[in-house]
Amino acid sequence: MENWSLFSLCVLLGLTSRWAVSFHSYSGAGKPPMFGDYEAQRHWQEVTYNLPVHEWYFNTTNNDLNYWGLDYPPLTAYHSLVCAYVAKLLNPEWVELHASRGYESHSHKLFMRATVLFTDILIYIPAVLLYCFYFCDGSSKQKVATALCILLYPGLILIDYGHFQYNSVSLGLALWGILGLGLGWDLFGSLAFTLALNYKQMELYHSLPFFCYLLGKCIKQGLIGRGFFQLAKISLTVLVTFALCWMPFLSDPKQPLQVLHRLFPFGRGLFEDKVANTWCSLNVLIKIKTLLIHLPTTLSPFPLSLYVSSPQNISQPVCLVINEIPLIAIWFLLTSTFSMLPLLVKDGLLLPYVVTSLAFLFLSLYLLSALERSTEEELRLGLYRKLTRHWLPKLNLSRIIKWKFWFSLVAMAALSFTSVWLEPPAKFPDLFPVLVSILSFLHFLGFIIYFNLVQLMEPQRKKSQKKTN
Amino acid sequence: TVMAAPMTNDQSWFYALALGVSFLKCLLINAYHSTDFEVHRNWLALTHSLPVSQWYYEATSEWTLDYPPLFAWFEYGLSHIACFFDKEMLVVPNLNYASPATVLFQRLSVIVADVVFFYAVKECCKCLREDKGKDLLGKPSFILTVLLLWNFGLLIVDRILGDLAINKHFEGAFLFSVLLNLKHIYLYIAPAYGIYLLRCFCFTQSNADGSLQWRSFSVVRLVILGTIVLSTFAVSFGPFIALGQLPQVLSRLFPFKRGLCHAYWAPNIWALYNIADKAFSILGVKFRLLDINKLPKASMTGGLVQEFQHSVLPSVSPLATLVCTLLSILPALFKIWHRPNGARGFLRCLVICALGSFMFGWHVHEKAIMMAILPLSLLAVDSRKDAGIFLMLSVTSHYSLFPLLFTTQELPIKIFLMLLFTIFSLASLKTLFRKGGALLNPLEVTYLLGLIPLELICEFVYPLTVWQKTFPFLPLMLTSVYCALGVTYAFIRLYISLLTCSDTTKKTKMQ
Repeated sequence: MENWSLFSLCVLLGLTSRWAVSFHSYSGAGKPPMFGDYEAQRHWQEVTYNLPVHEWYFNTTNNDLNYWGLDYPPLTAYHSLVCAYVAKLLNPEWVELHASRGYESHSHKLFMRATVLFTDILIYIPAVLLYCFYFCDGSSKQKVATALCILLYPGLILIDYGHFQYNSVSLGLALWGILGLGLGWDLFGSLAFTLALNYKQMELYHSLPFFCYLLGKCIKQGLIGRGFFQLAKISLTVLVTFALCWMPFLSDPKQPLQVLHRLFPFGRGLFEDKVANTWCSLNVLIKIKTLLIHLPTTLSPFPLSLYVSSPQNISQPVCLVINEIPLIAIWFLLTSTFSMLPLLVKDGLLLPYVVTSLAFLFLSLYLLSALERSTEEELRLGLYRKLTRHWLPKLNLSRIIKWKFWFSLVAMAALSFTSVWLEPPAKFPDLFPVLVSILSFLHFLGFIIYFNLVQLMEPQRKKSQKKTN
Repeated sequence: TVMAAPMTNDQSWFYALALGVSFLKCLLINAYHSTDFEVHRNWLALTHSLPVSQWYYEATSEWTLDYPPLFAWFEYGLSHIACFFDKEMLVVPNLNYASPATVLFQRLSVIVADVVFFYAVKECCKCLREDKGKDLLGKPSFILTVLLLWNFGLLIVDRILGDLAINKHFEGAFLFSVLLNLKHIYLYIAPAYGIYLLRCFCFTQSNADGSLQWRSFSVVRLVILGTIVLSTFAVSFGPFIALGQLPQVLSRLFPFKRGLCHAYWAPNIWALYNIADKAFSILGVKFRLLDINKLPKASMTGGLVQEFQHSVLPSVSPLATLVCTLLSILPALFKIWHRPNGARGFLRCLVICALGSFMFGWHVHEKAIMMAILPLSLLAVDSRKDAGIFLMLSVTSHYSLFPLLFTTQELPIKIFLMLLFTIFSLASLKTLFRKGGALLNPLEVTYLLGLIPLELICEFVYPLTVWQKTFPFLPLMLTSVYCALGVTYAFIRLYISLLTCSDTTKKTKMQ
């Protein structure tokens, strides 16, 4: 079958599953007074449409920051503004100042879901397709299979089309950034990534690799001459993009400070945000202590919404390597979906969670032949082999990994089942969410170690591959 | 670089496809209409709680029993299992009762029906001729599986599944009579089946060129055939004949009191007839040929089904439709009697009978087109001409099902699924038959492309215009008429291909 038809089938399957999930509930549905992230997004449309720019991030009589105040960078605000214009056309009640608080209706839900679908189609899906087309090895069928697996990643679908967020925008822009860098279009890549950063500050996690890569590239081209010139161009692009995004806030020095204060609420308790994103940080050991102290606070509503975006940030790079180390990547992606179980159950998204996770598991294992491609070489277990060679030379590492994989799946399934069907004991009402967090954390710890080791071994592996080829 | 293992591990792709479509249906569970659910619950309730003599008289709910008796017995059996889930659902006055246990039971029964269907599809694929060495996506069995399992029409019209499953096992008259007694929609294809069995089963030998050898008529076999058929009918209808309720049962099964067309016209000949009638009446009034006061009021669509009166052209009676239907399928039956072409010829005749009944039948529901599409899928993966006709018919009829899903929420789903199925069938059949030119001629392509502006107008542009209030049925009418053209065209082409095909010596593995 021709390429275009395979890719379009893949996209259609992705779109169908997304819209099918959108039929289900959203966060805070029917739960006054605070509702949830869905209401937050609607509220931002209301605020940005009705209030002047200089009031968006400030606590005024018209803008109560305690009720879902804006805490994302300006690009999110502009996006909300555009959506608000459309909403006003369809039904002004949706964005009526003050009066529309807690507005819920079937047609409004359709509208909100449609906005997510629209940006997804515009930004995220083309980026995924292009990435698979240009940067995946193998036949075109394999590329399509990879694209399909990436598009069917349950975590993103459940959060964007279930819980309700716009992660696909920031992730898509970041992906365009990666595409730009990969194709050698540094300026375009920097532009895209800066936009991503201006959409959600969570992209800071990805900024370090971006920065290091570009800096390294410029240095290689010689710090005097071409390299310097390139660095200047990139810096200029980034600065200009920032300036354009922040332009309405640059008139008064108080403005950018307030915005930053909203984005990085140091006063409110940085720990909550950090704790949720602990497993992203390189300095794991120190953070374990922080985690143990602040574990209960991860379950409070506000930081939970920040916590929610984080799995996507880490899962995205793992999605991209799904074709290289399929088994580990699939394992990781399922774990990250599982880690959001308490949130999903709270939102009434149990059925989509089960269906999309199972579908992702079976289809990606099948399409990418993950279980067959699991020799030691393919699983990049070189360093593990080196470490165990002396004490346990006869160890079949690949079989151990597979056993661990199945065992961990069973554990996750069992915990999912019990946390839904059984009542927690009265003394520990939060038992199940805590268990989920702990289990996920242990998994992520293992994955961080694994990915770091693989990274260390990479140059050696490439050398030995060159030798054998 | 490491290459993935090729995706041809035996039959695992079948399970991947089956699982995939099941997952999709699970996700869409919330979207399924509650009316089907309520219909089923009502029938479970009335077969369980009421004595047999009341089954066809019961009318508490608007969803009266309008399937043949064997289906009623089947529901009766099922209701005993339903007992274990929730006794309350079996109380007739509990209209729209939907406890979690009830929903679970319904979903499980659908899943079981699905599994039977999957099995049947698998069996179907075994019959196909396989070329060794072809890659997976080009294999006819893979294509057929997708065409059947992921059929757009089936995905949105859940109920037909279980029954079609049984149909796939061409194992004798018994099963067919059973089928007929389960769902009388199979009456459409009964003539084909009957003639074929008569011809091939009762006449044990054919001449070398395939024509009839009268001497080989076997009375014994005819008697066996007759006994099987009659006894099945006896078991099914027996109790009702004994109670003298046969007229009531028949009136429920064949509600001729309802109008010529469903509220939404099925895209058949009568849709074209209706539109012609309307056009003539408007033109006639305009050109002062007819007096508007003297014309009988033509009431066509207006929500619920009503009696039909045509203004200019003669009104159509149920008898007329029956005659037209029989006339339309007679040539095909004759052809299969004269020169049966093995299983392929039978299938072709089957498709024509189904299509003919659809085209000329009384109060046809647009779902009925699926009866023709599914057997045609089998033919499509085997022959180029059939593939072209299949594409034409399937795309048109799937589009004609769009009005069944009319909420805004379902709009993206139906568009995505339709595109999915269309692109797949186009691309895969094109690859399968890449030698030998295009599958569709330019006229056909233009017609199919015309569906896009039609959809845009009916679904997006028209609701925003002033006419939406005064003529709300216009988009439906447009859809019916446009699709009717396509269906008629496919019908004619199929007929031509049946009547002109004379190749009895072609080797097929289908028996």
